[in-house]
Amino acid sequence: MTNIPFETSGGGLEPKENNWKVYFTFSTDHKVIGVQYLVTAFIFFLIAGLLAMIIRAELLTPPLDVVSRPVYNGLFTMHATLMIFLWILPANAGLANFLIPLMIGAKDMAFPRVNAIAFWLVPVFGILLVLSFLLPSGTAQAGWWSYPPVSIQNPTGHFINGQFVWLLAIAISGVSSIMGAVNFVTTIIRMRAPGMTYFRMPVYVWSILSAQLLQLFCLPALTGAAIMLTLDLSFGTNFFSPFRNGDPVIYQHLFWFYSHPAVYVMALPAFGTFSEVIPAFARKPLFGFKIVSISSFLIAIVGTFVWVHHMFASATPSWMRLFFMASTMLVAIPTGLKVFAWVATLWKGKIHLDTPMLFALGGVLMFLFSGITGVMMASVPFDLHVNNTYFVVGHFHYVVFGTITMAIYSGIYFWFPKITGRMYSEPWGKIHFWLTFLGANLNFFPMHPVGLQGMLRRISSYDPEYVGWNIVASLGAFLLGMSTLPFLANIISSWLGGKKANGNPWRASGLEWSISSPPPVENFEEIPIVTKDPYDYGDTLTYE
Amino acid sequence: MNNADKSLNSENIEIKSNEDFLFFGFFVFLLSESVVFLSLFVAYTILRVHNPHWYPNGVTGLDIKSGLISTVILIACSCIVYLAERALSAGKVSNFRKIWLITVALGVIFLIGQVSEWHNMPFGIDQGLAGATYYLLTGFHGLHIVAGIILVLLMYFRSLVPGNYQKGHSGVSAVSLFWYFVNIIWILTFILLYLW
Repeated sequence: MTNIPFETSGGGLEPKENNWKVYFTFSTDHKVIGVQYLVTAFIFFLIAGLLAMIIRAELLTPPLDVVSRPVYNGLFTMHATLMIFLWILPANAGLANFLIPLMIGAKDMAFPRVNAIAFWLVPVFGILLVLSFLLPSGTAQAGWWSYPPVSIQNPTGHFINGQFVWLLAIAISGVSSIMGAVNFVTTIIRMRAPGMTYFRMPVYVWSILSAQLLQLFCLPALTGAAIMLTLDLSFGTNFFSPFRNGDPVIYQHLFWFYSHPAVYVMALPAFGTFSEVIPAFARKPLFGFKIVSISSFLIAIVGTFVWVHHMFASATPSWMRLFFMASTMLVAIPTGLKVFAWVATLWKGKIHLDTPMLFALGGVLMFLFSGITGVMMASVPFDLHVNNTYFVVGHFHYVVFGTITMAIYSGIYFWFPKITGRMYSEPWGKIHFWLTFLGANLNFFPMHPVGLQGMLRRISSYDPEYVGWNIVASLGAFLLGMSTLPFLANIISSWLGGKKANGNPWRASGLEWSISSPPPVENFEEIPIVTKDPYDYGDTLTYE
Repeated sequence: MNNADKSLNSENIEIKSNEDFLFFGFFVFLLSESVVFLSLFVAYTILRVHNPHWYPNGVTGLDIKSGLISTVILIACSCIVYLAERALSAGKVSNFRKIWLITVALGVIFLIGQVSEWHNMPFGIDQGLAGATYYLLTGFHGLHIVAGIILVLLMYFRSLVPGNYQKGHSGVSAVSLFWYFVNIIWILTFILLYLW
């Protein structure tokens, strides 16, 4: 385990820099598709961020003054939908698409054409959603949960209304996600290079496998719910209509049976990224690597049986509340193991604070915070107190932004030299990190105190006593908006004219660093034979 | 597919495993698809348990006889798919084609039976939970039958290209699996809708 047998095995092939036109074609190369996913996702991230800033502009002052109430409802609905289905999911899919075949030593994904179709569905439903702002009925306004009976009202009477388009988009998104999940699971299980046993897979691969298995077995419940909701909305059925013997709580169960695990679908890749970045910049093997790998699976399994904690206030019987309170607290164990392992990896390491590491450490810190508020809310009495307040909003923004988006940024900086063959500008990366970290905490921390005091979420006007914290949050939001500018400038200019990167600029372990940057078309000249653990830092891989 | 493999070089191993992925991937997809049906079945069961007065006035239940005929047709389909795949494994491609096409005929008969049952139903989709769940479950299953017929035809046309199935026929195996799947789903639908 002291030598690095595959470090030179892919060196025989020339790096392949793609012409920009290739990204607008129906390419079946997983590396092109990965970049297509990432760029598309980032465009929708900017749009969804803009919506968030309009929401924060409205909340800058207590009364309703910037937008009308229906528009406000549409704004938070679309903000959440775009951020989840068009930023985090496709951005994770993009990184995973680029990395999984490289990390397991394969030439491409198992089904390259399915992969391409899955990607091209993303802009289709994304554009559909954005265009729904132009509909006479306006966009969907029932929140991203789309709880009936609100979501099955059709006050304007148009058949093609915002809610209908939303459901259509969710259906297309589901098809795309299932295609992706089948592809990832087949690729990881069936296409690993010889010698790449499960315990030689990097944690990132483990987390993608766990996340995609969750997609496979939980997302169909949302599909079923969406079918029934569409029939209720547009075809006069009464599955979920409480006025005609239907049962809206069934929708809530089906919805959260997917949408809670969806949090892990989004967060597991983030944990995977942390597990790659932290050892590389602490120059130490990942502490407890096997336990960290297995904990991804444990999170997926336990995470499938916690969904009712979103419904403690939905007339849920007390035995059910008790069960789901316990199971929710149980999730803290495998996630806590991971945090412990990351911290233990840092201990006595040679820590290099490059941009990917800054984002990873910031992400772990914010994840710790969101984990603590998460356990608080798992407890039924506390949850009933903060139910539907900004405390919940603060909690999950620390998860989806503080943890997951920070991890995506970390991953983009870390693998940027691999993807483009060029280095990004380190000073601008650091400026981007500090703006993002400061903006995120200014934006999302104030939501906790006002939530504890009782400020309700999804309401466009509020009691003037909350105004102080809200001004801080809004300033944080505008700072976050600004923080994307140095990122964009850095990424675009570095891609066009950055310093050339060699195959392994970080002196990092892992198969993807054993080949040239950007990787050749076929990835590996020969399928590599793997003989060592993925985190071989220390004696052999030195850095600076 | 077994004896010849041992002497293959690495390139041919890849071709074989590509065939392998297809069946594996399709199997994984069907596991996922079964959760959609599961969610619909669960919704139906909860609604039905909570509403003892299930059918509209004047209706006592669905016609078990027509449901039973549909069940028999689909079970026959599964047997035929099995026979066809066996013929293909034995290398008798022309036999395979003849038997395989019977599936299409049976599938179409099933769909005709389904549509005529819809026409004779005393309630519509928007007249209460019985109608809503009945049309949803049979309709969603019917869509899968349509998909199954298209897949069968696709495999049939692929078999016309000479040499297509010499290296293995995981496409045909996958489509067979799909028919077993829609058959099992139908039996569950039949029990839940007609026999309950």
